[in-house]
Amino acid sequence: MMHILTLDTSTEQCSCALLCGTDIQARSEWAPRRHAELLLPMAEALLAEAGLTPRQLDAVAFGRGPGSFTGLRIACGVAQGVALAADIPALPISSLAALAQAAVQEFDGEQVLAALDARMAEVYWGRFTRNAQGIVEVQDEEHLSLPEAVDLAAFSSSQWLAVGTAWAAYPALAKRVQQASGQVPVLRYSQAEALLPLATTALQQGLGVTAAQALPVYLRNQVTHRI
Amino acid sequence: MRILGIETSCDETGVAVYDSQQGLLAHLLYSQVALHAEYGGVVPELASRDHLRKLTPLIQQVLTNSSSHGHIDGVAYTQGPGLIGALLVGASVGRSLAWGWGLPAVGVHHLEGHLLAPMLEENPPAFPFLALLVSGGHTQLIQVDGIGQYTLLGESVDDAAGEAFDKTAKLLGLGYPGGPALAQLAEKGEPGRFVFPRPMTQRPGLNFSFSGLKTAALNTWQKLEQQSDPQAQADIAHAFQTAVIDTLAIKCRRALQQTGLKRLVVAGGVSANQRLREALAELSEGWGAQVYYPRLEFCTDNGAMIAYAGCMRLQQGQQEPLAFRATPRWPLEELNSSQ
Repeated sequence: MMHILTLDTSTEQCSCALLCGTDIQARSEWAPRRHAELLLPMAEALLAEAGLTPRQLDAVAFGRGPGSFTGLRIACGVAQGVALAADIPALPISSLAALAQAAVQEFDGEQVLAALDARMAEVYWGRFTRNAQGIVEVQDEEHLSLPEAVDLAAFSSSQWLAVGTAWAAYPALAKRVQQASGQVPVLRYSQAEALLPLATTALQQGLGVTAAQALPVYLRNQVTHRI
Repeated sequence: MRILGIETSCDETGVAVYDSQQGLLAHLLYSQVALHAEYGGVVPELASRDHLRKLTPLIQQVLTNSSSHGHIDGVAYTQGPGLIGALLVGASVGRSLAWGWGLPAVGVHHLEGHLLAPMLEENPPAFPFLALLVSGGHTQLIQVDGIGQYTLLGESVDDAAGEAFDKTAKLLGLGYPGGPALAQLAEKGEPGRFVFPRPMTQRPGLNFSFSGLKTAALNTWQKLEQQSDPQAQADIAHAFQTAVIDTLAIKCRRALQQTGLKRLVVAGGVSANQRLREALAELSEGWGAQVYYPRLEFCTDNGAMIAYAGCMRLQQGQQEPLAFRATPRWPLEELNSSQ
């Protein structure tokens, strides 16, 4: 039986999920600045209920970003530690893909725009399409840009979903999305449970990495100015 | 008891394995100094990112170097004080590693690590002792009666001594971090051409203040800068260094007098300064005291001191719950109540 632990602390939401064969258990809490305090106790509770120890896991997945820098490092650091201790692969999963995956499962859609508030007047965003196996795949690549630069013309049909956290911060983007898709964009935070289908697929495809290779993808890499 | 120690509080990633029977088995350090030099100071976000890239490979290497795969009994990591993002990297990896291994973990106070670093040497000091902690982040005089029995006798009310060295070096155009370069330049200086004050030595107490010295150096430098006097820079460096060291020595003597202690431990990056060592040697001779230093590489931040302090703490039965923390501001004396 396959055992996969997933962790996500890329937003204010702190969440963990555990796959045991076909059974899924998950924990999630709205917890700004409390991720360090909550993440491992949540994981321990899930494993204890399943009668497992960390060494019995087959893989550990984490929301690799984009998202809150500190949050990304907490889930990534914990995943590195677990992967190293249990000698198992780590699976870095896109937070935007996790949002899109949750959306296609919740709303039964085909195409998704996932967009997160990146602060500093920018958004992280990506276009995703559901494949025949029901797993979302990124189109083109993930972006960091001004909200005006989010490219909606690339959606082939007028029927698509928009999920994420960008809408409240950028009402003009929300309005543009609603006009183009005919639907109100949905406020959603990425959840560890939504990482599971992506993590299972990634593991089957041999995309697991070593603890040392498991790193966040920040997208924003200009974080300071040279003197 | 064999402990893996992790240090990520600022701009050095340090990892070590300490064994209570066999002593220090392995230690490695990755310094980010070059990364931050072009910004003229530590950039916290870049520091956090680099710690996360370097830490796990260092842990794997240290475990291999010490043949400790499967033989670790606990994990210690720096919990504070320091940069919160940097601390969280060490805490996340360290705490989860211990969880995965089914082992206890402990969060270590960075300054306790520095205070106990001389314990890794061949002739460690016995308790009680006086400790002078001088680095870029701290200048403190502490009475140490045992593990977790610390009394803060005095500290800097503004810049730390190492910080004053680095800032003054920057003002003199010596780059960042320029403390060691300033000390080198001071050797070429003419003694007595400039005399800077010995701050807070004229009144009782054991506190320090170094920010005024930096200003004194700057004012002198600005007056002379246009006169194309190549010797001025070295003479100012000399006057500055002499003032800092005199001040540290005066307060050390006062603290030894006040406490009656006969052992002085000196730790932190500035304890590598040769002139400081000479001044303290002279002082201790006159006072019948003995001075103890960690080896040079453990004067600055390192994983070995965290592994050692963590081992002491775990042997006392202290443990960190799964809910881990970083404590960016953490007075050393708070450790006393946790006994």
